[in-house]
Amino acid sequence: MTAQTFNRMTPYLFLAPAAITMGIALLYPLGYMVYGSFRDWDPSQNISETDFVGLKNYVTLFFDPAFRESLSVTLVFAFTVVVAEMVIGVGLALLLDRNIRGISVLRTLFILPMMIAPVVVGLMWRYMYHPTVGTFNKTLKSLGFDGVDWLGQHALLSVIIADIWQWTPFILILALAALQSLPASALEAARIDGATAWQQIWHIKLPLMMPVLVVTALLRLIDAFKVLEVILVMTEGGPGLSTEIVALRISRTATEFRELGTAAAMSNYLLILLLILTLAMFAIARIQDARTARLARQVQEEG
Amino acid sequence: MAHERQNPAFYALLAVLIFMSVGPVLLMFVNSFKLDVDIIGGTTGLIFLPTIQNYETALCDILWYELDHLEFCSLKFGGALINSLIISLISTGLTLVIGCMAAYALVRFRFFGRDTVSLTTLMVRMVPPAVLLVPVFGLWNNEFCIGKTTLVGGWIRDVFGGRGDVCLAGTHSGIIIIYVAMNLPFVIWILQSFIVQVPRSLEEAARVDGAGPFQVFFKIVLPLIQPGLAAAAIFTFRIAWNEYLLASALSDRNTKTVPILIVNNMSEFNVEWGVIMATGMLLAVPPIIFTLFASRQIITGMTAGAVKG
Repeated sequence: MTAQTFNRMTPYLFLAPAAITMGIALLYPLGYMVYGSFRDWDPSQNISETDFVGLKNYVTLFFDPAFRESLSVTLVFAFTVVVAEMVIGVGLALLLDRNIRGISVLRTLFILPMMIAPVVVGLMWRYMYHPTVGTFNKTLKSLGFDGVDWLGQHALLSVIIADIWQWTPFILILALAALQSLPASALEAARIDGATAWQQIWHIKLPLMMPVLVVTALLRLIDAFKVLEVILVMTEGGPGLSTEIVALRISRTATEFRELGTAAAMSNYLLILLLILTLAMFAIARIQDARTARLARQVQEEG
Repeated sequence: MAHERQNPAFYALLAVLIFMSVGPVLLMFVNSFKLDVDIIGGTTGLIFLPTIQNYETALCDILWYELDHLEFCSLKFGGALINSLIISLISTGLTLVIGCMAAYALVRFRFFGRDTVSLTTLMVRMVPPAVLLVPVFGLWNNEFCIGKTTLVGGWIRDVFGGRGDVCLAGTHSGIIIIYVAMNLPFVIWILQSFIVQVPRSLEEAARVDGAGPFQVFFKIVLPLIQPGLAAAAIFTFRIAWNEYLLASALSDRNTKTVPILIVNNMSEFNVEWGVIMATGMLLAVPPIIFTLFASRQIITGMTAGAVKG
């Protein structure tokens, strides 16, 4: 091999291990899943032994009330969680954006919930929600109130609260970072012009933070569709189907009902949903880049 | 830098926030040192006799001494802990090495197919583990196998363990490869932003002195992107260490990881709160340590991962 061909091959040599691993364990499985979703597939069968059934799995799912239920639970969960986390997270960031001692210690404590295993988070909250032993009901009873049936009647709400606890810090930290990188000159000018704190937030800080906030919200939304373990440990999807998100239903269809074809079709629905969200995120980022570039050009031409 | 004086209500708010974010973790920590009688009994207070009995029960299979309170060691937690360590350490190491090289290629070279590769990497970041469950379960159990009739298959089974007909499922490597693949897109993506910042002139100087592309990469670039590597390592380790779904589908009796053990013990009717809290605490310790000692890297990684979408 001459030095020339070696140099031309270098990028491919560097890429090869990653490409091979992702090909075998990510792209090939995804293709396999799409293929399997058109088949009547049992876990004990080899896929070559299965029958082709066309769109049957997709159509069955589309008219399956249980799947629709879990889809709507997923959507309600994801959107509620993201809206609540954005409002609380950004609100807190605006409050905490001050020059105080020990802000780094504070940030360390806030990222703790995100780093801990979802399984453990589920475990902690299941304990705290426990009807008799749990912290919440014990506190309520010692104050003279009746206990609340957290994971029974209000299961979805309880699960949402747990997720808000775990992920609001994510928004908070990103929003804080965005706030601290705002141009000081704009805020200074507003202060000199006599803008109140509210006006500064509404007319300057929030609009300037918007690009980062939109991307953060979409990122969080995509992640909210991936949540599984917390809910599995807390409620196992119950009572009934009230907290059975799609991810949980996929795993149950595959392992309990042993219908891999249906589970594959379900995964495909979820994947399409996430694909749309991801593309939306790219599109928004692209538009924002274009806008800043245009603004920069205008400034240059005028100057 | 001067610090402004704040109004007392502000400090009260801070105290509440800290209590809310750390409280549940502290609660679990305290409860893991209580006997079940104390947890269930009416005493909510902090007055109790701390005991390490829960931890002893959890780790009974790797303790060197006999336990008095336990007749039979049913919870094989120690083994699971070792499995978890093996799987997450090896997959983190592999992901970093492979991901680093790929990120370097994507940043520093212009070559045919570059855009396709980087777009694919970005797109597969959003694939949730639940979507991979079905195909990976099918492939690892039925396709990625060495037939049981062949000689090599039998030999591999005897030497490395695994199921009857030697498939990827049920082995450590089966779980490791899927974790590496799952984490690669994120790691490649985050390291790209660090590699871009390495001055090109440095690499060119090394090349003039006669270093090949691999030497330049390992001796010049790698040492310079250490902060990025630390952030990527923490995120990868965290995902591999905490993951439940795929591990539960792919592992067998001998390759169970800690999250699987916790979930299995939770779903039983009569939950032994003390022991389960102790196992949860043990699972939470490495992430807590990372958080306390490397929060700066974590935050860098998080902002780099999000802001540029």
